[in-house]
Amino acid sequence: MRKLALLATTALIATAAMAQADQVRIGIAAEPYPPFASPDAAGNWVGWEVEIIDAVCAAAALDCVLTPTAWDGIIPALVSGRIDTIMASMSITADRMQTIDFSDPYYNTPTVIVGQRDMQMDASPESLAGKVLGVQVSTIHQSYAQAYFEGATELRTYQTQDEANQDLAAGRIDATQADSLAMDDFLATAAGACCEVKGAVAADEAILGAGVGAGVRKGDDALREAINTGIAAIIADGTYDAITAGYFATSILGN
Amino acid sequence: MLDWLYALWPGLETSVGLLSLQPPGWGGNLLRGAWASLQIAVGAFALGLLIGTAGALGKLHGGPVTRDLLAVYTVVVRAVPELILILILYYAGTDLLNQALRALGQRPVEISGVVAGIAVLGIVQGAYATEVLRGAIQSVPRGQHEAARAYGMGSVQIFRRVTIPAMLPLALPGLSNLWLIATKDTALLAIVGFSELTLETRQAAGSTRAYFTFFLAAGALYLLMTLLSGRIFGWIEARYRRGQAAQ
Amino acid sequence: MNRQRIAQEVFVPHRIVMVAVALGLVVWAALAMRWDWIPRYYDLAVQGIWRTLWLLALSCLIGFALAVPLGLAQAAGPRVLAAPARAFCTVIRGTPLLLQLWLIYFGVGSLFPQFPWIRESELWPYLRQAWPYALLALSLSFAGYEGEVMRGAFKSVAGGQLEAARSMGMGRFAIFRRIWFPQALQRALPTLGGETVLQLKATPLVATITVIEIYAVSSRVRQDTFIIYEPLLLLAVIYMVIAGLLALGFKLLEQRFNRGMLG
Repeated sequence: MRKLALLATTALIATAAMAQADQVRIGIAAEPYPPFASPDAAGNWVGWEVEIIDAVCAAAALDCVLTPTAWDGIIPALVSGRIDTIMASMSITADRMQTIDFSDPYYNTPTVIVGQRDMQMDASPESLAGKVLGVQVSTIHQSYAQAYFEGATELRTYQTQDEANQDLAAGRIDATQADSLAMDDFLATAAGACCEVKGAVAADEAILGAGVGAGVRKGDDALREAINTGIAAIIADGTYDAITAGYFATSILGN
Repeated sequence: MLDWLYALWPGLETSVGLLSLQPPGWGGNLLRGAWASLQIAVGAFALGLLIGTAGALGKLHGGPVTRDLLAVYTVVVRAVPELILILILYYAGTDLLNQALRALGQRPVEISGVVAGIAVLGIVQGAYATEVLRGAIQSVPRGQHEAARAYGMGSVQIFRRVTIPAMLPLALPGLSNLWLIATKDTALLAIVGFSELTLETRQAAGSTRAYFTFFLAAGALYLLMTLLSGRIFGWIEARYRRGQAAQ
Repeated sequence: MNRQRIAQEVFVPHRIVMVAVALGLVVWAALAMRWDWIPRYYDLAVQGIWRTLWLLALSCLIGFALAVPLGLAQAAGPRVLAAPARAFCTVIRGTPLLLQLWLIYFGVGSLFPQFPWIRESELWPYLRQAWPYALLALSLSFAGYEGEVMRGAFKSVAGGQLEAARSMGMGRFAIFRRIWFPQALQRALPTLGGETVLQLKATPLVATITVIEIYAVSSRVRQDTFIIYEPLLLLAVIYMVIAGLLALGFKLLEQRFNRGMLG
């Protein structure tokens, strides 16, 4: 019996070790986040961010492999070594920088409140008082809503922005706070007809951060700099703009 | 051919289109997810059996320390929600394993999602399997054991040729129950982002907003798996019971 | 007598060592790990525990109330009732609860835009919230598993007793209430205790549909502070305590029941 157990343990470790050691595992959110990263019907990941990841890896000569990881546990996954970097529309915030490091930003998007068409509201705490606001878990939107709206506004936390949008269309929440680029995509669908952009929230860079960057483990400077080189290279040679043109009308790089 | 049905039920044609196996249908993704679920369930069940056998023998024949440690293991695993065990083992497990390897001077390893899923669910299954197998082994009459010893069999041989065949019919209902739990528990891995059937379903439903269609289809796939395996277990049980005296 | 036995069992050398090691681990965890977040989340955690307990209690009660007719229909009902009851139990037991939960919450939610009158109905304030769906899914799940348990329990009551009662002129309902049900319940109680613990372990799943119970509170601690293991460990301890209390409660209930039955 003991021999059998030993054999099984060895087999387990052997299979585990088969994954190549020099590949860079890029953590993307396992939940769909169109138009940035979502699986298509053939099981492939597509979207703006997926194309950017490919381009950055090519420019920085990294052997990358996409590793879908639950968004809510994506920082633990990075810290515990399950993935090597997070490229999942993660904003660079002071809070997160206590735990992980970030590359240079590679896009920036305003934060908006999207609400039911038949309700009067804007993006201020006073106007959202007494309403139900949906946010995605572990996002800057959750932190912001907890800091500015919680208490007077009822917060509902969703695992994915898709599910918050679904409940918005169902009328179970009055509004959601999210990235404007992702919400444009939803508002263009039939389900999105219920709702409209009510306004951008008041700025707070400490919470909302300075753009989206690639997260790496603290001290993993080699990878961080490789990614920075890749980002700079695709911006300089026009690849970045070419990819962006396929998804958005204007540049989303920010300053 | 199905036109009259579509006319009767307007949503059906869309649903069938969404579920078709070729893109733009999402049926292929669902089947891939079901295959992943099945692999993990089989692996976890096998690992659980291994741990369960060792655990049962430890509880019955081990020293006092072994027995107490095993008691702690089974009590803790059976009282803490699987979801939390999965989160702890999934994140901490990799961390600890690599720290241990580093301490031993080995290279850190990467644990693939499948292996991690199997390991985590296997540890959970092991606790339940320990109890099922212990009960079954205990109910094998001592006389059989003693008779085998009188024939000059060694303890490994006795275990293999007497204990296992005698206890299996008693253990099978419990084990078949455990197998069902294993298939269903794979769904929990969706929460750590492992693409098995439930996560694939959630992705398909989120992308197409056809929540009902996909959740029902996934439910049918799970039901198919559990019903089919129920049949197989029933068949095995009937086979093993053949030699047994009627009770 | 009893105290002496307990003393004999605990004060064995290896147990003393094990208890010491366990205490050492606790002390190490208290000193080396981060617990400074507890005061800030104390109120939320207490609310979360209450919500978990309420969900558990209500879903078990509703589920059991459904399980009795489900079991009865399968054990003694006519085919028209037995077949659907059996099908219900098979479907519930054959599919993951997580999937059932998402079907009930998101599937039903996806119907609302198609039927605008739902939003005008009086039930809308409840249909907007997440907990009714969580309660429904948990109750149906418990009913499915317990329906099966009660079927076995009803079947195991000896037919002779029921015949004797009938020959004494007892009505159908009286037989059920005074003979059949109490005996079936007594037989099902040990299983029910275990199943209630399983139900407790299923409650954290409702966090995925925005219900804020104790698991969701621990997730929030992780999200706010990026502390990963400490909230999970504390959570595991909380569930173990609740599971232990449940097991104890059912043991006491069983003892009382058995005394009443046999005495």
